Amino acid sequence: MMKELVIPALLETIYMVSVSTVFSILLGFPLGVLLVITEKGGILEKPMFNRILGGIINVLRSIPFIILMIIVFPISKLLVGKTIGTTATIVPLSIAAAPFVARVMEGSLKETSKGVIESSLSMGATVPQIVFKVLLPESLPSIVSGITLTIINLIGYSAMAGAIGGGGLGNLAIRFGLYSRKTDLMIVSILLIILLVEGIQFLGNKISKSINKK
Amino acid sequence: MIELVNISKTYNDGNGSLEAVKNISLKINKGEIFGIIGLSGAGKSTLIRCINRLEEPTEGKIFIDGVDITSLGKKELRSARKNIGMIFQHFNLFSQKTVYENIAFPLQLEKLSKREIDIRVNELLEYVDLKDKKNSYPSQLSGGQKQRVAVARAIANNPKILLSDEGTSALDPKTTKSILELLRRIRDELNITIVMITHQMEVVKEICDRVAIMENGQIVEINTVENLFKHPKTNTAKSFINSLQGNVEEEIIDSKNYKGKIIRLSFLGENAKKPIVSKVIKNFNIDVNILSGNINKLHSTNIGNLTLELIGSDDEINKAILFLKNENVHVEVI
Repeated sequence: MMKELVIPALLETIYMVSVSTVFSILLGFPLGVLLVITEKGGILEKPMFNRILGGIINVLRSIPFIILMIIVFPISKLLVGKTIGTTATIVPLSIAAAPFVARVMEGSLKETSKGVIESSLSMGATVPQIVFKVLLPESLPSIVSGITLTIINLIGYSAMAGAIGGGGLGNLAIRFGLYSRKTDLMIVSILLIILLVEGIQFLGNKISKSINKK
Repeated sequence: MIELVNISKTYNDGNGSLEAVKNISLKINKGEIFGIIGLSGAGKSTLIRCINRLEEPTEGKIFIDGVDITSLGKKELRSARKNIGMIFQHFNLFSQKTVYENIAFPLQLEKLSKREIDIRVNELLEYVDLKDKKNSYPSQLSGGQKQRVAVARAIANNPKILLSDEGTSALDPKTTKSILELLRRIRDELNITIVMITHQMEVVKEICDRVAIMENGQIVEINTVENLFKHPKTNTAKSFINSLQGNVEEEIIDSKNYKGKIIRLSFLGENAKKPIVSKVIKNFNIDVNILSGNINKLHSTNIGNLTLELIGSDDEINKAILFLKNENVHVEVI
């Protein structure tokens, strides 16, 4: 009976985390790029816009996840037709992780030296060319590390989502482990979460290192 | 031809303003290797960046072949920049791209076909002698090799002008020489005008045709390199020449400490090889005491400087000086 509960929960977690990783990157990456290029001394300097965007991102990051999940219920309803359940949880997960991704991307993209950007400008590169042909490839190893961090964060969030009816390992641990006092199920769930985190970290480090030519 | 007209650059930050470049006007001829030398903080880096508007001049105009660069819109500026290559002190290569990809980058911006890019990159790799490093990453190269890649990348689009921002400052003397040789070859064979800023007199001596000396945001002296070595006008120029290895400090000679007349001779080219001093001693009734001397090998000619103490009657000394002048030697009485 353990297997029948654990395996689907594990798959649910992987499903939630991977889909929300993709969406949070789709939302967060452009924001990170905007933060970098519009900052003072950036290639598309817009200090006022930069301050407003930074402020919004900070506000979103300050909202505790458990509250954010409830705030976005209407959006979940609109997008997936439900407010609880595994698929519905992807909405708050993506929204919660997007500002985090934006800051992580900002940090990574900023690692490209001013000199390299300057030399690209001296060759007559446009802003999109600098973003996609210079900033992105130059900071790719660091971006991979950032995505690793995001995935691990999302695993944590997804476990929390279990508390309000999202599926996955977190839900299993809370529902059976905590409420029904099935300690073995709770331990197995937690162990699997730890394994998942360790595995992703290991893989992320490996990829980041292997693509870094610095 | 590059013409700078009344260029000024002022930086404003919260604490006040800094005038990095003050009202500089300058003409650089086509096919020339023009040096701008100055100590750090003199404003030379700001000045060279104004030429391709990596720094926007606060005031003034810059003409390149008659086109006012300062009036161009963003799009026109980008295409103008493709005619102005630039190399940097720290090379600024793309660390995640191979040597090949680095050189291909400006060609990709031009949207050339893969085949065209391949032909051009291979040509350039051959030109800078790095064919075997094609697939290496910058981190696997020496400083000199990195700068060669940067040079190849800078000239990939056949620019008319190459700017060098301390292009040899991070290199050892031997590598510096080989990069300077490469730059000279580029000027000679591709007829590219080169503007280089440096704080090393060795670089100026080795390669430049003309040089501007910058101090506190202004040009204090501008001269051909020959004339600069022959008779530098400013103390800044003198101290740069004295900074050269093997050059004897000339300034320390104070005529008050000698009873005879102190003269400084400078001679050019073939004259540097003639036994002029021994002729003076034989022909005139004076004694000669050599205080200091040096010969500088410029890329175009040799320049010798000699500081002498002449002891004897005023009449004989004046005759000797006249003789020297007739021998085409520049004489300065100190």
